[in-house]
Amino acid sequence: MTIAASTGRGRPATSEVVRRLPEILTIWVPLLLSAAHLIAFSLWTIWISFTPSTLVPVAGWVGLRNYSAVAASRNWQIALDNLLLFGSAFVLLSLATGLILAILLDQRIRGENLLRSIFLYPLAVSFVVTGTVWSWLLNPGLGIQKLVHDLGWTAFRFDWLIDRDMAIWTIVIAAIWQSSGFAMALFLAGLRSVDADLIKAAQIDGAGAIRMYRRVILPTLWPITITVIVIQLQFAISTFDLVRALTNGGPGIATQLPALVVYDLMFQRSLLGRGAAAAVLMLLILLAVLLPYAAWRYIQRRRAIHA
Amino acid sequence: MRDRTFAPSRILIYLIVSLVAAAWLAPLAVVVLNSLRANEEIAQGSMIGWPQHLAWSNYAAAWNGFCVAETCAGIRPYMLNSALVTIPATILSTLLGAIAGYAVSLWRFRGDSWIYGIVTLGIFLPQQMRLLPWTIVLRDTGLMNTLTGLVVIHTIQGLSFTTLFCRNYYVAIPQELIRAARIDGAGFFRIFWRIILPLSPPILVVTVIWQFTHIWNEFLYGVTFTTGQQQPVTAALIALSAGVADIPQHGVQSAAVMIAALPTLLIYLIGGKYFVRGLTAGAVK
Repeated sequence: MTIAASTGRGRPATSEVVRRLPEILTIWVPLLLSAAHLIAFSLWTIWISFTPSTLVPVAGWVGLRNYSAVAASRNWQIALDNLLLFGSAFVLLSLATGLILAILLDQRIRGENLLRSIFLYPLAVSFVVTGTVWSWLLNPGLGIQKLVHDLGWTAFRFDWLIDRDMAIWTIVIAAIWQSSGFAMALFLAGLRSVDADLIKAAQIDGAGAIRMYRRVILPTLWPITITVIVIQLQFAISTFDLVRALTNGGPGIATQLPALVVYDLMFQRSLLGRGAAAAVLMLLILLAVLLPYAAWRYIQRRRAIHA
Repeated sequence: MRDRTFAPSRILIYLIVSLVAAAWLAPLAVVVLNSLRANEEIAQGSMIGWPQHLAWSNYAAAWNGFCVAETCAGIRPYMLNSALVTIPATILSTLLGAIAGYAVSLWRFRGDSWIYGIVTLGIFLPQQMRLLPWTIVLRDTGLMNTLTGLVVIHTIQGLSFTTLFCRNYYVAIPQELIRAARIDGAGFFRIFWRIILPLSPPILVVTVIWQFTHIWNEFLYGVTFTTGQQQPVTAALIALSAGVADIPQHGVQSAAVMIAALPTLLIYLIGGKYFVRGLTAGAVK
């Protein structure tokens, strides 16, 4: 219902607008602030990425020079490689962990609520805390390796944190620990909403437990699976705190990720143009994930309406 | 497959979930135990071990004793900073989100679905796209390096989530209820106050828990827009571990980590059900 319709005239009278001013302001000010900051901030950052700005924003046009400089830098290339490895390993492993946990919890076991709380509690803790704690556990001179050495097995090695080639896997471990519970929660909700008649019919057909899962239950979960993948990818692309606390991008720049490169360019090297270009590149990577997902969701919804 | 017999397969299930649960609890257990061990004791052995005697003094030192970046007041000022940012920003963003959600779902006005669509895009827009503009805005408004600046940021950005949560909850309220109230002469605010708010506690709890957890745990804006004594506790923890690298004080550091994690952990323990509801509500956008 519009303002015009509620006053019963073609256009609201001025006095009517004044009377309703508090209401109009309450509705529009927060929404406009939010929408305006999203649009203006995005456009401004995109604009800066085409300017020669360094320490302060300046006008000017350098075309794609900032983008090519970022893309050519070793920092960014390593960050992209890491994102690819970290993104795929983390998403696949947390998906598998979450699904297995959900299936196990779905077996009417005792203490399900307690177990669920245990698998989900890391999500309530900040990545700074998680990263700090894992940096202790994985530090060869402090954590698991030191413990095993003290117990007598001195040949034991678990020093991924200081190993250039393996350090990215420490971030995978911490990220899986932190957010597999999320996948589990969504999968469990999906398992619980599987049509009971479907299960009964399969049971009557004599399907065993494993066959039942493979043929009847799991196929109903794939929309949830896609949602989980997209959300976990979104998390992986913007990962920052966890790496800052766990490895700070090191050893050297071995665990660099795009979000760290953006921060480094903007606030440590004061190369605003390049920092903005790196941020826009991050956005493009994110859109490469989100746009197909949005299209898929749209098609699904259309189908549901027409069905 | 779904019965309570104790076949070997069920024992195996219990074994696996118990082992995974133990692995999930291990980091927490390590920090709790370390927070009660003396620094020297940890230095002699590893971070993983049982306290020989309970060093409660770690908590006192962490709270108001040890030094972060040349100021020796412990973690207390930073906890206070986090509280002073998180509590107002949570209340403001939730309240404004509830009003906005009600406006776009039930009150309806020209352009409502457009503006709602744009606002919810904020859920996806990476923070990195907003870092520089916020820097300029905070500098020009004199809010750089202030807690008020962080409250403003978290309130405006939080609106994307809170509006989404509340709108998705309010669409289930029948439109006729609002129409009838309007015919009876009730206005925007009265309908919100008398009809919408009394129906809202479930979604408000979800939203408050979500916002509190996220703002408390936020790090990037804290570390970018504040320095020294103005930093929230997440940023201070990083400064702390960088500052004590020469002489590690892992007992005290563990106590500091525990204190910093405690508010959100407590909220999770008390309102876990609502926390999970927020997680899944955010997922099924």
